[in-house]
Amino acid sequence: MFDLERWEEIFETIRKNKLRTFLTGLSVASGIFILVILLGIGQGMRNGISAEFEQDAANILYVWTGRTAVEYKGLNPGRQIQLKNADFQSTAQKYIDELEYKSAVYRIWNGVVDYKKETGSYRVEGVLPDYQFLENTPLMQGRFLNYQDHQNYEKVAVIGKVVKNDLFKEVDPVGKYVEISGINFKVIGVFSDPGGEREENRVYVPLSTGQRVFNGQNNINNMAFTLGKEDNFESALAASNKFSAELQQFLKEQHSVAPEDTRAININNSLENAKRFYDLMDMIKFFFWGVGICTIIAGIVGVSNIMLIIVKERTREIGVRKALGAEPWSIVGMVLHESIFVTAIAGLVGLIGSLALLELVGPMIETNYIANPSVDFGVALTTVVILVVAGALAGFFPAYRAARIKPIVALRDE
Amino acid sequence: MIEIKDLHKSYKTGSNTLHVLKGINFNVAEGELVSIMGSSGSGKSTLLNILGMLDEADQGSYTLDGVPIKNLNEKIAARYRNRFLGFVFQSFNLINYKTALDNVALPLYYQGMKRKERLERAMAYLDKVGLTAWAQHLPNELSGGQKQRVAIARALASDPKVLLADEPTGALDTKTSYEVMDLIQKINEEGRTILIVTHEHDIAEMTKRIVNLKDGVIIDDRKVDQVKALQHV
Ligand SMILES: Nc1ncnc2c1ncn2[C@@H]1O[C@H](COP(=O)(O)OP(=O)(O)OP(=O)(O)O)[C@@H](O)[C@H]1O
Ligand SMILES: [Mg+2]
Repeated sequence: MFDLERWEEIFETIRKNKLRTFLTGLSVASGIFILVILLGIGQGMRNGISAEFEQDAANILYVWTGRTAVEYKGLNPGRQIQLKNADFQSTAQKYIDELEYKSAVYRIWNGVVDYKKETGSYRVEGVLPDYQFLENTPLMQGRFLNYQDHQNYEKVAVIGKVVKNDLFKEVDPVGKYVEISGINFKVIGVFSDPGGEREENRVYVPLSTGQRVFNGQNNINNMAFTLGKEDNFESALAASNKFSAELQQFLKEQHSVAPEDTRAININNSLENAKRFYDLMDMIKFFFWGVGICTIIAGIVGVSNIMLIIVKERTREIGVRKALGAEPWSIVGMVLHESIFVTAIAGLVGLIGSLALLELVGPMIETNYIANPSVDFGVALTTVVILVVAGALAGFFPAYRAARIKPIVALRDE
Repeated sequence: MIEIKDLHKSYKTGSNTLHVLKGINFNVAEGELVSIMGSSGSGKSTLLNILGMLDEADQGSYTLDGVPIKNLNEKIAARYRNRFLGFVFQSFNLINYKTALDNVALPLYYQGMKRKERLERAMAYLDKVGLTAWAQHLPNELSGGQKQRVAIARALASDPKVLLADEPTGALDTKTSYEVMDLIQKINEEGRTILIVTHEHDIAEMTKRIVNLKDGVIIDDRKVDQVKALQHV
């Protein structure tokens, strides 16, 4: 490998056989290039889709109600089901060991919020302190609602980033008062939400305050829960499916809903969604890997073909070299040295080219479903190594055969 | 220098075996210039290839400069070819992407000589065959006679004990043939042992001994009064 004479011989051969070198190099470089770009796009799609789904706690169960669809116990279909505080409390009580976070949600309709001259219409919800974790809302300033606020019916509010920007501009909102539908609330915090702006134009107030001030009595609109951590995804999914089924049954009994009614009580089990999501991710991953591996195989076949042709073309030359005193292994070494050198350089060129393209173009891609396409450098390098090894193997067998045949036979080759 | 006894060689083609050499006995002393003649298919090339270790005999013994040539593995055969033998082929067999100089230097590469030294040596041999000016030319930029002179320079570069030439003038016109023969005679006069296969009588007359092959045996082996090629040039 470090035989200088050999390197000179190889460089000379490469220099004098530019077309052959170019073709070998091209097939390797383009194979690597396509593979890296494909893997990059695949990763980008996964990143993009992840970002879309990363809004809330991944294992959240969200309950909402609608109208009944079937007649039951003499009650007509079309009846609106209204959740009550009692539903929430008994659920929380019953599953006290299983639940991690829990909150009821009271929705205040037509939530008009004013600060001085600025005014806006936002989604205003009465929630419990746990809601911060259920909605996955990091605080930018101040604090979230706590149990004191809830117990003391405090008129305090936590506002989203969008609300703050709309109403307060540059002013620090914490400690200021806003009017929500004409009633003064003190702002105690500002939150952001990875779910994006749509989830940042909300205002949260204590559940108790919301129900009392806005005449909600003991009505609630939604309930949100997360279950405690499990060891793995499968058992987490099983636990949340079980809880979801039991909760549905319990609520149906409470509200006299037919067991077969699928409209009245709805539970969105995000883990179930997550499973579909992970399956989708896996599919994307397998798809791109599948295509990538096919590309690599095509590359290997291409390189092998070229190596076969090269060795065939050089048979007579090999005969001459042997007549002049080349040992068989020096022939094999010569062919392999050249092929490894060319495929390695070409592979690296393809690799660097494609990484550069991803690096340059990647950040400019602005669709919802592709974000930050990138490739694990190790994976990309491994594919280069695979191609180089494949090229070497593909060159080895014909070279070995050519090196073994009697020089007179090689010389006779036309 | 060369001793062969009862040499046999046959080729298998499908179910047939073609017995080409049927017991050749023949010695060559150091410094001889021998031509091997015979009709087409008489086995001249086969014999020369065996002498050159490019091919193997089926039977018989071959001793080159006191070394028995038998059951060699490829590695040792390669070394012997490199040190003991120089080849000149009818079709030149130059490597087409290498310059005349690099072609001549190639056997020295396989001797493990450093680049600078081997290019110097190669240049000296090119000079000897009168092609200094053509050192950097590729084979396809040379005439047939020039190519054969490059091939001769290459065969001599490793300073072999024996030079083997299979119809070295077969692809050349008469005048060029004589020029090449003149060169071969000069090399022989320096003491090198040379074997030439040819079927041209005038070429054979320019050697010192003619061996006639027919149907795989030597039918005639005689010394001749060498005709100097220079007279014809
Ligand atoms: N590799 C081979 N396989 C089968 N037969 C062969 C092979 N090489 C040579 N022969 C046969 O052996 C015989 C002798 O061949 P060789 O080449 O030695 O003849 P030659 O005397 O050199 O003839 P020419 O003057 O035409 O070159 C021929 O009949 C030829 O067909
Ligand atoms: Mg012949």
